[in-house]
Amino acid sequence: MTMIFGVPLAVFMGQITLGLVNGAFYALLSLGLAVIFGLLKIINFAHGAQYMLGAFAALLGLEYLGINYWLALLLVPLVVGAFGMVLERYLLRRIAHLDHLYGLLLTFGLALIFEGTLVNFFGVSGARYPTPEALQGGLNLGFMFLPTYRAWVLVAALVMCLFTWFMIERTRLGAYLRAGTENSQLMQAFGVNVPLLITLTYGFGVALAAFAGVLAAPLYPVSPTMGSSLLIVVFAVVVIGGMGSILGAIITGLAMGVIEGLTKVYYPEASNTVIFLVMILVLLLRPVGLFGKEA
Amino acid sequence: MNTAEQLSPEQLDATRPQSAEMLRVQDLHAFYGESHILHGVDFDVKRGELVTLLGRNGSGRSTTLKSVMNMVGRRTGSIMVNGNETLNMKPHHIPRLGIGYCPEERGIFASLDVHENLLLPPTVRSDGMSLDEIYAMFPNLYERRKSQGTRLSGGEQQMLAMARILRTGARILLLDEITEGLAPVIVQKLAEVLMMLKERGMTIVLVEQNFRFAAPLADRHYVMEHGQIVEEITAAQLPSRREHLNSMLGV
Repeated sequence: MTMIFGVPLAVFMGQITLGLVNGAFYALLSLGLAVIFGLLKIINFAHGAQYMLGAFAALLGLEYLGINYWLALLLVPLVVGAFGMVLERYLLRRIAHLDHLYGLLLTFGLALIFEGTLVNFFGVSGARYPTPEALQGGLNLGFMFLPTYRAWVLVAALVMCLFTWFMIERTRLGAYLRAGTENSQLMQAFGVNVPLLITLTYGFGVALAAFAGVLAAPLYPVSPTMGSSLLIVVFAVVVIGGMGSILGAIITGLAMGVIEGLTKVYYPEASNTVIFLVMILVLLLRPVGLFGKEA
Repeated sequence: MNTAEQLSPEQLDATRPQSAEMLRVQDLHAFYGESHILHGVDFDVKRGELVTLLGRNGSGRSTTLKSVMNMVGRRTGSIMVNGNETLNMKPHHIPRLGIGYCPEERGIFASLDVHENLLLPPTVRSDGMSLDEIYAMFPNLYERRKSQGTRLSGGEQQMLAMARILRTGARILLLDEITEGLAPVIVQKLAEVLMMLKERGMTIVLVEQNFRFAAPLADRHYVMEHGQIVEEITAAQLPSRREHLNSMLGV
């Protein structure tokens, strides 16, 4: 059997794929956080809860409305994103003129309310979302067995990340977003409806989280607390990558997933903390993050 | 969804009365939080005029321009743009009356290249300058269109900040300290651009420190002090009032 540093190739590659899949979620979520932070200057503590809402919406949609996985992948981000726009319009906007710390507190409170409400109805144990039929089984790559659904998650997440990158870096709306991030007051003076732009941006960030939630539903137990545990790691990923660049968020997300996966192979005891160790190193050596721009 | 929606036809009609006054500011008071910056500013600018706001630093000239764009805190009084009262308008509706604003710090966006910076402000009227015309007027911008906006020299950034609002079709330009810190050859180029814009019938309000730049271009000068207009001097009166003006401006 082929060995890599004393580990069978299949195990090694298996952890790399697992890491990439986890990393794809880190990338999707940190991307949404970065987009929201850029324009609203708010750290969206409800991001994990919104990811969880995405998974729950898919689950409940399947159980009660018969909405299948593919339809959920399209509808859930729209519905949860629209809900996010309502939150921005009627709650976040009211405190937009205050210190941004209040926005952080408000979104944190919202996250607790969403989680608590769902715990009240569904408990914490979590439910299973069936893997869609077309994505069951796996591919035998010769050196390892790759579950089809994980391969799909990786592809779908990457496509969504690139779509986001394209929207922000290559379209007119994206130019508004980038410019608004730098100087939203001047954008108003040019005739751009910045409050609307802010609502759309928050809705888009939330929709990304919900999309990740639907992708995650067949992979992890769908439970009210699934988001909060993930979000802590995602914050570390955002700190490591820095707030400056979209591609930076994607690359950092994937890389941290892989590092975490490899740590599971070589030193499992540290696999839950390795990302935080990287974060400490980055904060010591390059406080703006790997891809962050110097202020 | 389009964040730069156009005005409806009725609104557009409302922006086209035959008034000769493109901008009329009356008893304008402006506040930043608790501080009272403008204390009853009165002035008007007629169609096709170039008017300067002169005064020392802190006299309220930049704040006057920002107040017109609804970029300060609270405002009272009256600001008529082409016959429309704008005091209660949302900030993003005001430019669509045909006003282009060039801020003192130029406001070039670092995350956008030169071309994107140029295309950024939504067009407010259909008869703005075309990209070809703009690149013909500022060939440097064409050569550097792929560069990051803030990599340009100060003079090029100023050209970009001007070109950006010319493309939108704005007919009233509010220009804040456009010659500040620029080399004489660039200042000369800006003077040529302003002459050309005047010939095209643009209405221009110029906040300037460089009086030698402004004097030959302007039809009228307003002098501000402590948030008020204290003096109005026409171009014809200028030679006889020059010494008086210099003493007021402290030059």
